[in-house]
Amino acid sequence: MLALILCIVFLLLLVIVTAYAERKVAAFIQDRVGPTETGPHGILQSVMDVVKLLQKEDIIPSAADKRLFALAPIVMFAAVLAGFAVIPITPSAIASGAYLGVFYLLAIISLDVIGLLMAGWGSNNKYAVLGAMRSVGQIVSYEIPAGLAVLSVVMICQSLDLQEISFQQGILMNQFAGLEQEVNYLFGLKALNLDVTNVGGITTWNIVRMPFLFIAFIIYFISSLAECNRAPFDIPEAESELVAGFHVEYSGFRFAALFLAEYSMMVLVSLVAVVLFLGSWNTPLPNIGSVQLASWTTGTPGALTGHLWGAFWLLSKTVLLLYTQIWIRWTYPRLRVDQLMHLCWKVFTPIMLALVLLAGLWRLWMI
Amino acid sequence: MSLVLIFFYVFGFLAIASAAFMLATKNVLYAAFGLLVTLLSLAAIFVLLFADFVAITQLMVYVGGVLVLILFGVMLSNQVQGRAVQSESVNGISGALVAGILFGGLAYLILSADYLYLEGINVADAAPVNTKSSIIAIGIRLITNFALPFEVASLILLIALMGAAYISTEDKHE
Repeated sequence: MLALILCIVFLLLLVIVTAYAERKVAAFIQDRVGPTETGPHGILQSVMDVVKLLQKEDIIPSAADKRLFALAPIVMFAAVLAGFAVIPITPSAIASGAYLGVFYLLAIISLDVIGLLMAGWGSNNKYAVLGAMRSVGQIVSYEIPAGLAVLSVVMICQSLDLQEISFQQGILMNQFAGLEQEVNYLFGLKALNLDVTNVGGITTWNIVRMPFLFIAFIIYFISSLAECNRAPFDIPEAESELVAGFHVEYSGFRFAALFLAEYSMMVLVSLVAVVLFLGSWNTPLPNIGSVQLASWTTGTPGALTGHLWGAFWLLSKTVLLLYTQIWIRWTYPRLRVDQLMHLCWKVFTPIMLALVLLAGLWRLWMI
Repeated sequence: MSLVLIFFYVFGFLAIASAAFMLATKNVLYAAFGLLVTLLSLAAIFVLLFADFVAITQLMVYVGGVLVLILFGVMLSNQVQGRAVQSESVNGISGALVAGILFGGLAYLILSADYLYLEGINVADAAPVNTKSSIIAIGIRLITNFALPFEVASLILLIALMGAAYISTEDKHE
């Protein structure tokens, strides 16, 4: 129960900050200044936006399917929120230590699609239905390269437990039950015989343990943009064609819930990318001889220092990815539908299939 | 009554109620969303029975795959006519008769089979609690004892995929 409340509060904060960052970064990229009036440098802008949304009239179109229309934002947010349950925040803090965490995440995200269809259909608006259809087609397609990228990590780590995957990517590995005797070699290759178990830092991150996972990371990140309907894959919300896509009829509190669900999804996919590829809550700084940078910036797991350092590294990496998402949105133009499908099916899926095979081979060289 | 048992009955009731709703409602889209609740409750019941892998696979395959396709199909076919597709219930009496006979037969079979004498049932009872997850056992079985059915299933899926691709390809020669 405590984890749920903490998670919701943390999400609200992060979403408000991201919404503000979105406007400010967009402004700087376009050589403007962005919000300046509310608070110093406009930092209260998104708080005020939320307050404004909450006091607006809750409009349900008379021709809409009222039950589906009302239920859709709840389903969407619940689906995304459920995903946060298996994300490890620090070495000893995870809401649900489900052994099948990765698999669960992939499955629960598909509930989001149902919410989207509910919203699109319930609105009884041609733009909303078109937006929902485009969005679902895109999400279902991009789940395949994203799923294969996750699979290649799972094959390297031999685990579906996100906490175990996290422990494998740092100096604390031998403290995890079941991994006491494991050894991390540089690039994962036993033949090199360079033991980096106690060096930690970036040398034990998954993208270094198996260097080709960096390609998988890029593909996962691009696919996750498509799953969040973010630019350059925002054709479901294309303003010039569909007004706003599936949420065109929503206003007031319900729009706020949809907005929250979308931004939470951005946070969730970034968190998953960090946990799977970028060393989770582990520090990027390695131990170099007597300069124990990794040990200094890890703290004691279970104690306050362990919690603070773990959360700090996880969140700073996540925030970096969120910034990249915003940066990409204001840099690249929108893809056409056929280009979108071409990229997914003819470029990403074959590359990922080859990478999954390579990951299997690499695993043989690791032991 | 333990908490697990209470949850079991809650989700069991939800599954049956939503299935009944699915049959009773005239709106095809509502029926599809009724199916969503049924599938979610079934997944919850699988979790309560220590079948975590089956539960998540249920979500993945049925909710993420089948149900989305059903909704897609309903939406696409609905747009053409311009009004909500209605599902009518026909053959009420004969349908109820067949369902009743089937239920009676299955109930008789289940009640007359004595599972407690099954070999390994007492072992199986304690086993899942001691392991982290059922996935390890499932994985090992799939590539040893059940390798052939596993491969045959994947072949059938591949054939279905090729068939679907063939049917949906427009014939360029005509």
